[in-house]
Amino acid sequence: MGIEFIYPEFEVVRNPARCIACRVCERQCSNEVHSYDPDEGVMISDESKCVNCQRCVSLCPTRALKIVKSDCVPRENANWQADTIREIYKQANSGGVLLSSMGTPKPMPVYWDKILINASQVTNPSIDPLREPMETRVFLGKKPRKIKRDENGRLITDLDPQLELSMPVMFSAMSYGSISYNAHKSLAEAASKLGIYYNTGEGGLHEDFYVYGQNTIVQVASGRFGVHAGYLDAGAAIEIKMGQGAKPGIGGHLPGTKIVGDVSRTRMIPEGSDAISPAPHHDIYSIEDLRQLVYSLKEATQYKKPVIVKVAAVHNIAAIASGIARSGADIIAIDGFRGGTGAAPTRIRDNVGIPIELALAACDTRLREEGIRNDVSLVVGGSIRSASDVVKAIALGADACYIATAALLALGCHLCRTCHTGLCNWGIATQRPELVKRLNPEVGASRLVNLMTAWRHEIKELLGGMGINSIEALRGNRLMLRGINMTEKELEILGISHAGE
Amino acid sequence: MKHVVVHEEWCLGCHLCEYNCAYANSGIKGMAKALKGKRVFPRIRVEDGNGDGKNNITFAVSCRHCHDPICAKSCISGALTVRDGAVTIDRSRCVGCYTCILVCPYGAIYTDGEGAVIKCELCLSNQAGSPACVAGCPNRALTLEETD
Repeated sequence: MGIEFIYPEFEVVRNPARCIACRVCERQCSNEVHSYDPDEGVMISDESKCVNCQRCVSLCPTRALKIVKSDCVPRENANWQADTIREIYKQANSGGVLLSSMGTPKPMPVYWDKILINASQVTNPSIDPLREPMETRVFLGKKPRKIKRDENGRLITDLDPQLELSMPVMFSAMSYGSISYNAHKSLAEAASKLGIYYNTGEGGLHEDFYVYGQNTIVQVASGRFGVHAGYLDAGAAIEIKMGQGAKPGIGGHLPGTKIVGDVSRTRMIPEGSDAISPAPHHDIYSIEDLRQLVYSLKEATQYKKPVIVKVAAVHNIAAIASGIARSGADIIAIDGFRGGTGAAPTRIRDNVGIPIELALAACDTRLREEGIRNDVSLVVGGSIRSASDVVKAIALGADACYIATAALLALGCHLCRTCHTGLCNWGIATQRPELVKRLNPEVGASRLVNLMTAWRHEIKELLGGMGINSIEALRGNRLMLRGINMTEKELEILGISHAGE
Repeated sequence: MKHVVVHEEWCLGCHLCEYNCAYANSGIKGMAKALKGKRVFPRIRVEDGNGDGKNNITFAVSCRHCHDPICAKSCISGALTVRDGAVTIDRSRCVGCYTCILVCPYGAIYTDGEGAVIKCELCLSNQAGSPACVAGCPNRALTLEETD
């Protein structure tokens, strides 16, 4: 080991007047930052190991701790910023690809924040959701082109399979393996209490969670981990994962160290073997191939379950969505480039893909122009952060939203972005038993239910303000949106007017 | 009567309950002032093999408030009594014979170095008002439940 080029990113600041040396910080830090010096009777810290996950800060009973960003940085340089320099040092040290976790922290444009929502004034009444009924229920799946009647004139109500959601939000795919048993259980429990869905991700479905099948979307990804007839039957819908917003164009890699015990059994691969999902599905090189898989899955489940095709938002997303709609899929899920991940090469995460707002507007427009919008539902994800993001997405044309980062935050995630180390102090992105048990699913599920209940209230408030009393009436209603600080081109793609117009 | 129920499955071995207990019974406002630089005598203890919280099995033990408490039966001075379902200690009557410590099957009665014994009284008469260990447990490993 030569010279250490990188100064620790964070400082552990301990208020000596408050610290009672209870050693809770020491016991709770899986990175082994804190330790007790018995000679001096004080706590000491090695900040070089700190990832700023805030576990110690949250558990310190006397609030004696805080973690701050170190101000010891290389000489200021607008071109060669500290992060860039640090990455070069890291690569010069390791010779490896940089890995990152969660969504990109780069200051990429967030179009949600440049879109404003309308409200009723004078000429049309707003609605008070506390006094009047407000419908937040949505159905995902193919919608009929026209009303059909039998010979007696009665309505034929046979519909293609639909997913019924109590509100237009679902928990998106996070595999068992990338997140813990307790995190999965929290999501499953919350989804079933809320009347929405969670998604298994590509790691299969743990046998304990088959009971939540009615509220489960089972995923089939390129690695086909844990996929078997029982698995397909267990879920309410099947999702074919073609891509992920955080890492479009590449596959996945769950290191062998996380393939232990039940994870190995659920994935149906040997313990300790790396779980490598290929970049493409090796049987899908065209829309026709995709159609084969869509129908294979439908055939395997007696055409009782909708099939979702999930793709990352990339440059030609509108044409791709059109192809997927024609492949026979019931639902298209589009994941924007700000979406999260358990691990992705940094360069891909920070540079590949396009924002979900533009992708959504482009796809909705394209599908409507082609007259096939009713053939599919659109679900969007990739950093939906709040109820207002949901409302804006619906108005841009989405049927529902996928959330994952927001759900993990509700479970205690502090976005320290070191999931790939497997040492998650919050018991989420880890398989170590002593860390996994830190997330009590009873607590986790109730926090998720709280979050979604709060969003549902906010969605109703926003709808009411616009004088709209159902999600259905807002969908694709872009007149309810105005842009601010955007170019003509951006407004054109989003299909909205500028504020003041 | 509600009692403290221990869930080993969710105990992190963080030992926060011990400090919350000691603070609740300190009679001092401000945790740092109450506990800083002092030996801590909690009425709940975490069973924790090597004391670093990294043992696979950890769980907190405090008085179970038995229906027919052997500690109260064996108390020679009548300092330990059952009041409204809680086993309480009258420290002014305790003679420090420690018979209760010897007979308690849970090892849930302790000394604080001042002669009379200390034990969990469900925070009924201290500054917390209700069990501080339960309120401060970060993972619901301790809950307050009606037990029969």
